Amino acid sequence: MTDVLVCIKRVPGASGEVLLSDDGQRVDARHVGWTLSAHEECAIELATQVAGATGGTATVLTVGSADAIEQLRDALALGCDRAVLVEAETDRFGPVDVAAAIAEVVRAHEAAGTSYGLVLLGNDAADTGDFQVPVRLAYALARPVVTGIATCTVEGDLVVAHGDGPDGPETFELPVPAVVAVMEGGVAPRYPSVMGRMKAKKVAIEQVAAEIEPVGSGRVRLTLPPEQPSQVQVLGQGADAAPAVVDLLEELGMVSR
Amino acid sequence: MIAVLVETDADGVLVVSQEALTFGRGLAERAGGVPLHAVAVGRPGEEPPAVVLAQLGEQGVASVHHVVDDRLTAYSAAAWAAALVDVAHSAGAAVVLAAGTPRGNEVLAHTATRLDVAMAANVVGIDAVGADPGDPLIVTRQVVGGAVLEQMQLGDTVAVLSVAGHAVEPAAAATATTPEVVEFSPTMTDADLVARVVRTGEKVPDASGALTSARVVVGAGRGAGSADGFKDVVRLSELLGGAVGVSRVVTSLGWRPHHEQVGQTGSRISPDLYIACGISGAIQHWAGCSSAKTILAVNTDPDAPMVTRAHYAVIGDLHEIVPAINDELDARRT
Amino acid sequence: MATVPSSARVVVIGAGIVGNSLVYHLAKLGWRDIVQIDKGPLPNPGGSTGHASNFIFPVDHSREITDLTLDSVEQYREMGVFTQSGGFEVARSEERMEELRRRMSSARAWGIQSELVSPEQVVEQVPFLDPSVIVGAFWTPSVGVVDSLRAGTIMRERALELGALQVVATVEVVGLDVEGGRITRVRTSGGDIEADTVVIACGVWSPALAEMAGAHIPLTPAVHQMISVGPIPQLADREGEISYPIVRDMDTFCYERQHGADMEVGSYAHRAILHDVGEIPSIEQAKLSPTEMPFTSDDFDPQLEQAFELMPDALGADGAEIRYAINGLLSLTPDGAPILGETPEVKGLWSAAAVWVKEGPGVGRLVAEWMTDGPPEVDLSHSDIARFYPHQQTRAHVRARTSEAFNKTYGIVHPGEQWSSDRNKRLAPMHASQQQLGAVFFEAVGWERPFWYASNEALLGDYGDAVLPREHEWDSRWWSPIINAEHLAMRERAGVVDLSAFAIFDVVGSAAVRAVQHAVVAQTDVAPGRVVYTPVLDQRGGFRSDLTIMRLGDDHYRVVTGGAHGMVDRKTFVDAMPADGSAQVVDLTSAYTTIGLWGPRARDILGSITAADISHDGFGFGRCRDIEIDTMSVLASRISYVGELGWELYLPMEQGARLWDLVLSAGAPHGAVPVGIGVYATTGRLEKGYRAMGAELDSERTVPEAGMMRPRVKDADFVGREAYLKQRAADPATVLCTLSVDDHTSASGQRRFMLGGEPILAHDGEPLVDGHGHRPYVTSAGSAPSLGTHLLMAYLPPDQAVVGTQLAVSYMEERYPVTVATADATPPFDPTNERIKGEQ
Repeated sequence: MTDVLVCIKRVPGASGEVLLSDDGQRVDARHVGWTLSAHEECAIELATQVAGATGGTATVLTVGSADAIEQLRDALALGCDRAVLVEAETDRFGPVDVAAAIAEVVRAHEAAGTSYGLVLLGNDAADTGDFQVPVRLAYALARPVVTGIATCTVEGDLVVAHGDGPDGPETFELPVPAVVAVMEGGVAPRYPSVMGRMKAKKVAIEQVAAEIEPVGSGRVRLTLPPEQPSQVQVLGQGADAAPAVVDLLEELGMVSR
Repeated sequence: MIAVLVETDADGVLVVSQEALTFGRGLAERAGGVPLHAVAVGRPGEEPPAVVLAQLGEQGVASVHHVVDDRLTAYSAAAWAAALVDVAHSAGAAVVLAAGTPRGNEVLAHTATRLDVAMAANVVGIDAVGADPGDPLIVTRQVVGGAVLEQMQLGDTVAVLSVAGHAVEPAAAATATTPEVVEFSPTMTDADLVARVVRTGEKVPDASGALTSARVVVGAGRGAGSADGFKDVVRLSELLGGAVGVSRVVTSLGWRPHHEQVGQTGSRISPDLYIACGISGAIQHWAGCSSAKTILAVNTDPDAPMVTRAHYAVIGDLHEIVPAINDELDARRT
Repeated sequence: MATVPSSARVVVIGAGIVGNSLVYHLAKLGWRDIVQIDKGPLPNPGGSTGHASNFIFPVDHSREITDLTLDSVEQYREMGVFTQSGGFEVARSEERMEELRRRMSSARAWGIQSELVSPEQVVEQVPFLDPSVIVGAFWTPSVGVVDSLRAGTIMRERALELGALQVVATVEVVGLDVEGGRITRVRTSGGDIEADTVVIACGVWSPALAEMAGAHIPLTPAVHQMISVGPIPQLADREGEISYPIVRDMDTFCYERQHGADMEVGSYAHRAILHDVGEIPSIEQAKLSPTEMPFTSDDFDPQLEQAFELMPDALGADGAEIRYAINGLLSLTPDGAPILGETPEVKGLWSAAAVWVKEGPGVGRLVAEWMTDGPPEVDLSHSDIARFYPHQQTRAHVRARTSEAFNKTYGIVHPGEQWSSDRNKRLAPMHASQQQLGAVFFEAVGWERPFWYASNEALLGDYGDAVLPREHEWDSRWWSPIINAEHLAMRERAGVVDLSAFAIFDVVGSAAVRAVQHAVVAQTDVAPGRVVYTPVLDQRGGFRSDLTIMRLGDDHYRVVTGGAHGMVDRKTFVDAMPADGSAQVVDLTSAYTTIGLWGPRARDILGSITAADISHDGFGFGRCRDIEIDTMSVLASRISYVGELGWELYLPMEQGARLWDLVLSAGAPHGAVPVGIGVYATTGRLEKGYRAMGAELDSERTVPEAGMMRPRVKDADFVGREAYLKQRAADPATVLCTLSVDDHTSASGQRRFMLGGEPILAHDGEPLVDGHGHRPYVTSAGSAPSLGTHLLMAYLPPDQAVVGTQLAVSYMEERYPVTVATADATPPFDPTNERIKGEQ
């Protein structure tokens, strides 16, 4: 039986044009809403798979504002059993702080009788892209860690994890308890079912405050990269442009004759 | 000194590591000509290959810290980090950097944690080096899949950073060097070897492999309209001997399998030609296809980001245009 | 970057369902050099059409909306983009079943085939619905879904084929130039277009476009949440987009609509989520499209449970997931009606906004007609953009009313239902006194009008059952027997009525006579001091209004009209003024208040507070003049809308409270009582057979049909004269009659009272059809306390329009016998108007 903890982050949705807050401190999500990183959607799927296969539980955790309860409920709707909100001013939190806040909860839950044999996280957050929280968390907990993982299972006392390496698919075997950072692509994330959503609404969410004096993220400010002037050459409108397209394909040597 | 973790393969130093070296050299010059060192993991009993040494010399590397240890035949991020930490301590590194590959970022995360310093991932530029040694380094790095730049201040001891792909072009130093090779075996514990590769499979050209290695990729997005809306796109990819790539929304809606997904979280492709049909060009997708040599966008919206960033475009509905291209190709063949 | 032509005969801004239908119908009506632009790409530029659920239920309580819908369905069918699915509106409660019975009335009135069915009958067609959750349903076989994007493309293509249209997508309007009150130019990101006719068909963006020209389109973008659940095996097993009827779960304000293998669940139950136009993202900034905003799941959760309750097998099917969920934007208006027509602020600038997919093609056709020949074939007065008073155009008012109305989208809305938001904003000068008298206020265009006074409750004891008490809660909601008691007291003694809500404007200038003569039907070139009641017609000879005009001087008229149509009437007169300024309209609505004093004792009461000669010889009927009452100078006008001797007393707003108190206290010894609008607008009017604009009179009705022909037609030309002369020469296709209800007893033994909108049938229940192909329905209904009966007005086929004809009215799915009481304008009460004459 493996109890799994899966850590997620509330991040702005994606669109073609990103807006920043006036003070340049954060991405303005007003038009795109909030979501989870794709990596984390896969981590949730893996968490419920492992919990299901081993008869354990899947607990979802986030460090953030009370608004992040929306993302916790999304995860509950996808099959997680419990949820923890570590309330924190995320703007002041860097990867060191997030890892410390998660570690605190892992220890507290362990003291209360739930020890997580597997802690899953996304490889990197869709907004900050720090690539560090999983590793820093593992050191804080003195557990082995591997990142860039597509699929994993728990077999007895081993976490068997698969990912893509430079020389081919790689397999890692880590003794439990372990930390695994998930990269999208190994499992298809689900959408919530109606019943899952209804169930998620009824789960009580554990809320704790992060007892941490943050070291911060080092962020000075955000800017948007300058838009490159468009160099596009329009070949035509509609179906009439087909000959011009095929001329181009021939010119580029894409058409074998 | 500035230490750069170098990844190699049979052809020598990876291009991304060469970029990291060029980036590191620039930083070294700005810091007043501090020496540039490379750290490479090698095989016990083997010298660094001549081609690697030549490439490092071209980049102006003064010393190569050649890590040789039986325990390092299988990759372990913690063990690699232990080596970097040793070098940083023994040779007095002010900056430790690596290419922003999955492996580079993983090793640096371990390294920064072990050194108890901050890390900056996917750096594209240096804003301030500081007048005095020990002044904080201010860098610019890519966040939000490259759509946003973050100016970030690193700590005042050792700066750990990974260099984003294409942040600089690899360039030779004004004067080539003959790097001194320093073999060493890092201080490691058993714990550093727990999370290591136990098996590496054969590189199989699976479906997504076909996508990443294809010369031509025909992409389609939400504009396809439904799961049934891809038949013309598939036909075009067949006519051109290419692969089909799709945007995230398409796999999300279950219209096409995930291995066809192009983007920040899917496959990153660099074909000779990318034909993007009905794809608006959200940043996640752009991150995965921007390395294509030529991009042809087919879209109803001439102001869609994919169109304005493309080299060529046809304005209109893909369901009218793609069949017409297919017909034209057929016609010219017969 | 797309570029636009430098000039056009007309520019249509917007390529949603409305803009697309409009360009097609304009082209069909002969317009050429039409330029259509949109900031988004085609065929889906990103507006509300692009994410519409695209289903159509034809039955609505509003005749205007039903007509637009039926016309639209016809057009969708012709284009081959309509798929008939049938639709159920299911009831979970008995209260809703009663509402569905009322819906049956509307279906019968508009001639749409529908029927009430049992839960088992629903399950026969929708096997995955749990019948134990519902008590019954309203089945309409003609419900269906359309492809609104395809329809738009077809209509644009047809206009292109006619050589009438140029379409430029992906150009954004950056300015609208107005010179001398007229639109002259559309400035866009792709260049300027000179044009003197411009239509804003921009859906949720319309307010921002109007603002560029200094005009107002008072709508707000509002969220309608929708999710798509699938794949559902039961649905996937059948071919095609839709093979099961659409279900509207009326009591939970939700719908379930099959879309291929998915079930779309939409909601009007969540909190009202309004946005400002400025908050709508650009195409690039949007996650999906600008009008598909990020889903807020918390708001939808309660509906999810209710939907699951109704369709557990489908929504709980294995593998069925919520794959798409949006906060879709649509346009809401403060009164729920579309916003159509030429803006009153800018000549040549038109609005075609706040339109649903189900009405789009119909609106396109009618607005095109309106732009071409004047009034369209179907009456659009409830949608006329000119209807708004300035306060109704404010953002705060729009927000307040749309917030209140949102959850009533599928609600059970009583015909008399009052708004609770944004009240107490236009107060009559005597408001404090009215509050003391226990007035129950109803709102009309912002004005708080006493509908009846609690202070008159004691009269109930005087009149007993003569007040025609109503037993059923629905019939007596927003009603009181005190209204009928006030009515009887007025007929017996006298009543004092606050008429502050009148819209009042003067027409002045050397050309005033010519301008007024041209605007209205009646002879207005009369001696100063005469009061003229007159219809106002449109070019087709339909009613534009009816109002009274006082000639105050050689070049001075005062026009008085009902508050509800005041702004439309003002536009009619402003449009009728000569361009050289030789006659002008001056709005005095907020300058004057009006107090009505009517009843057999009215002359005694007025005589006790004025020294003026108000005898019949000294102040005849249809005359007006200034009289002195104490230190007040009052314009008195001897006319009546309640059929009694009396006057309307006009005086400056700030003196209204004083005159009110004076008249009430002078009236007290004579037994006068304050009388509310319940009497003025309904009981008093119906007993006299007076027609009301918006009920009996609209642009589809003619003077002969309404029974309002005068013996002569004035020689002077006036708008609609030619059409009117033709109408007079022909036999009317339909005739306005007053009917009395013979027996009110329902099957349960309870007496029921119709409220309006009910179908009139033959005595045996067979439908009737008039010469226009329309089915008769009740245009007004109300008590006639002095006649001891309940009166209905309805247009009947001429062969039924005979006094004494026995017919039936259908109310809540029961039939009640009625008899034609009058078949012309003859008043049912005091047919010879002895009381008004008051000659004694």
